[in-house]
Amino acid sequence: MDILAQQLINGLVLGSMYALVALGYTMVYGVLNLINFAHGDVLMIGAMVGWSLLQLIQYVNPELPGFVALILAIAGAIPVCVIVSVLIERVAYRRLRDAPRLAPLITAIGISILLQTLAMMIWGRNPLPFPQVLPSDPLHVMGALITPTQVLLLLLAAISMVGLSLLVERTRMGRAMRAVAENPRVAALMGVNANRVIVFTFAIGAALAAVAGVMWGANYASAQFAMGFTPGLKAFSAAVLGGIGNIYGAMLGGILLGLIESLGAGYIGDLTAGVLGSHYQDIFAFIVLILVLTLRPSGIMGERVADRS
Amino acid sequence: MNTHHSPLRIIFFALLLLVFPVVASQFGNSWVRIIDIALLYIMLALGLNIVVGFAGLLDLGYIAFFAIGAYLAGLLASPQFAVVIESLQMEYPTAGDWLLQLAGEAVAAQGIHWSVWVIIPLAALVAGIFGALLGAPTLKLRGDYLAIVTLGFGEIIRIFMNNLNGPVNITNGPQGINLIDPVRIGGVSLAGEAGSGGVVQVAGWSMPSVNAYYYLFLLLCMLTVFMSQRLQHSRLGRAWIAIREDEIAAKAMGIHVRNMKLLAFAMGAAFGGVAGAMFGAFQGFISPESFTLTESIAVLAMVVLGGIGHIPGVILGAVLLAALPEILRHTVEPIQMALFGHVWIEAEVLRQLLYGLALVLIMLVRPAGLWPSPRQEDRPLAGSDTQTGAA
Amino acid sequence: MSRDTLLRVTGVGKRFGGLQALTDVNLAITRGHIHGLIGPNGAGKTTCFNVITGLNQPDSGQFELAGKSYSPSAPHAVARAGIARTFQNIRLFGDMSALENVMVGRHVRTHQGVLGAIFRHPAAREEEVQIVAHAQALLEYVGIAHLAQRTARHLSYGDQRRVEIARALATEPLLLALDEPAAGMNATEKSELRDLLIRIRDKGTSLLLIEHDVKLMMGLCDRITVLDYGKVIAEGTAAEVQQNPAVIAAYLGVEAA
Repeated sequence: MDILAQQLINGLVLGSMYALVALGYTMVYGVLNLINFAHGDVLMIGAMVGWSLLQLIQYVNPELPGFVALILAIAGAIPVCVIVSVLIERVAYRRLRDAPRLAPLITAIGISILLQTLAMMIWGRNPLPFPQVLPSDPLHVMGALITPTQVLLLLLAAISMVGLSLLVERTRMGRAMRAVAENPRVAALMGVNANRVIVFTFAIGAALAAVAGVMWGANYASAQFAMGFTPGLKAFSAAVLGGIGNIYGAMLGGILLGLIESLGAGYIGDLTAGVLGSHYQDIFAFIVLILVLTLRPSGIMGERVADRS
Repeated sequence: MNTHHSPLRIIFFALLLLVFPVVASQFGNSWVRIIDIALLYIMLALGLNIVVGFAGLLDLGYIAFFAIGAYLAGLLASPQFAVVIESLQMEYPTAGDWLLQLAGEAVAAQGIHWSVWVIIPLAALVAGIFGALLGAPTLKLRGDYLAIVTLGFGEIIRIFMNNLNGPVNITNGPQGINLIDPVRIGGVSLAGEAGSGGVVQVAGWSMPSVNAYYYLFLLLCMLTVFMSQRLQHSRLGRAWIAIREDEIAAKAMGIHVRNMKLLAFAMGAAFGGVAGAMFGAFQGFISPESFTLTESIAVLAMVVLGGIGHIPGVILGAVLLAALPEILRHTVEPIQMALFGHVWIEAEVLRQLLYGLALVLIMLVRPAGLWPSPRQEDRPLAGSDTQTGAA
Repeated sequence: MSRDTLLRVTGVGKRFGGLQALTDVNLAITRGHIHGLIGPNGAGKTTCFNVITGLNQPDSGQFELAGKSYSPSAPHAVARAGIARTFQNIRLFGDMSALENVMVGRHVRTHQGVLGAIFRHPAAREEEVQIVAHAQALLEYVGIAHLAQRTARHLSYGDQRRVEIARALATEPLLLALDEPAAGMNATEKSELRDLLIRIRDKGTSLLLIEHDVKLMMGLCDRITVLDYGKVIAEGTAAEVQQNPAVIAAYLGVEAA
């Protein structure tokens, strides 16, 4: 088995999930100039709700083909995540739009804690085993292994991203989103209802996170109340890497970060002569974040990140 | 200076503080122990207050400095260093032998056991240096990016603490370090001599170990409060607040913003480091689990809830949120048992819920905190974002 | 080079992306003068100002203050060298009192650090006393001593401007640079401002001034530099500049004869 090819496949899979979540961060940042700290937990909600739905589906109709069950689970998780995300905007962020920068961030942290605690109360503290509805025999591709779940993941991610681009480029709402991202005041003068656009942005981001969440659970065969936090941070790093505020940047950044993490974890032992092992994997995302913000804050696809005080 | 505090109130309050452990001891050690930990949290909150409250830099990785102080005590006041030497010898014999030569046979057998008079300043110094190091990349970043990057650093430190047990065992990984020396002052160990059952003899009086630590931590806390106050109302404090209010104007007035920010990080970190070293000595045991992001957020919650930038408010926030989990444990679970015969919501869960609610509600309803400064200037979050001058 | 030249900048260039904001700008301010910088909108006055005071980095140029070259790379270094400024949109520390705002201005000329703050030894205490006294005196000088304890955010626009000037003066500048100090003022306020600026000049501080109120400038400035499209098109006394055809053309859009 070719290690490089395997790490590339892993990286692509991981990166797709990061990309889906990164899109949520970048779109909200684009219209509100705000880091939605609680977005990673929306992924978790997607995974947990997906888990519950799969339990239900399997109970009601155990003969249902695997990928139909998964699609149904995703379809069910999306509305829940959308509602949660829209509620967060309404309750927490909307009133703080003119507040000093730190206020919405602190509120978001509080919301993140609340979401995790509620999830812990509903689904318990322990990791839940995610039902394996797709066959687990991996396929052989270019000297590496890829599971059907991962194939579905890549497919769904690709469809979502294409769908999103079409939405943003070709539809009226997409145009409105871009207008509000450029200049909210002028957009309002042009008749764009900024609040509606913002709610829509949160909704789309949440839907993507729901897809990522269910597939994350399926891929790693596990879901737990705390699972969203670290991927959320990494997805944010990916969004910054690609250029925060830029949708294609988020897609690119997500994939890139997945590759960096995978290859890094695979080769770090060799690179550091055994001093650092693959359990340092989580550090890569943070290092990427710090390097990007220090050296090229606008990221790869460079939406100018102003650091006005 | 608070000139409206009459001397009588101060004396009354001081007596209350002094007598508290004696009274509480009648009911067992747990209440004093709770307050001991709360005192450490007060120190942490005051340290973070310098960074967040004075200079306006949202540090979400602050607990890293607590960890650094604790692990410093863990390495320099316990048998752990012997393990380090041994592990180094096994992996890299040349280096290991060199370290053995440097440290000496006694250390190789029993570890380093430096006294608290060395550990405290060393913890402050090392943590302070790390504070400046970790702050350095964040200097040009905007508020929320700064927060995320500091969070990243906090996580990186925790990951390292958790994994530096191989190839060379430095931190003993997830298992943590135990047998950390208690504080020894003037030959008297604050944990009590072996076999005394945790009773400390001082000048003819005997008291439980937790009481002895109470007085030490109370003293350290008061020093922290004193230094914070002095810093706040000084040339440095004004410069920090200026940076917080309007960085560009501060620069134009000749304030060296970069150095002042580094100084804020360093000072905040130093306080955290000292608290960490005391934590290690008090518990005798540390592990990476005590230094998670949840803890960073807990300290931030204390500062935010109490009143950012306002020292008495911060102390209130720390006491409330540090004592709260314990009070909950003693009350909420028994009540639920009595009412429902079953614990629906564990104390730990309730604690998390309350933390989350506290952060959200305070920001929405009363952003200046429960006990904000009577002076507008000391309230970084109460005002809106609009500048002075014409719109 | 004349001993009387306080500030000399030569060959300043600055480009923002596709826009050449400043081209080969030269400026010389004589010690004890009030020097004006005028020009139509978009001429590059504020850019020039920001470059001189270190807020924007120039692409080229030499900078000399009191005979010593300085590098405008960092605003705090510029303040230390002796140039203090105010801002077009007043930038006070809103939640501090007027007095505290001016006290911050003393930062660059004082030096107590951590040890002084914590221990408050006699030298540190003395310095604090001096800072307060100096700030109080400056507030009196600009005429708002009675507002010392008022929160800056709550002051009237005109008074805020005075606090900002007092704060800048607290840095003991050789050159006080003011970006549209009269913006938003009525005739009385402008007249009081004019008197204040003349007093400042007569006390020994030189001034660099951007202003749109041409009448005010003509009556106030000893010399004036005129910018248009990022280039210097005229320099001289008020009378000279007023009659300069290039200047008239720039403002009125009429072809120069």
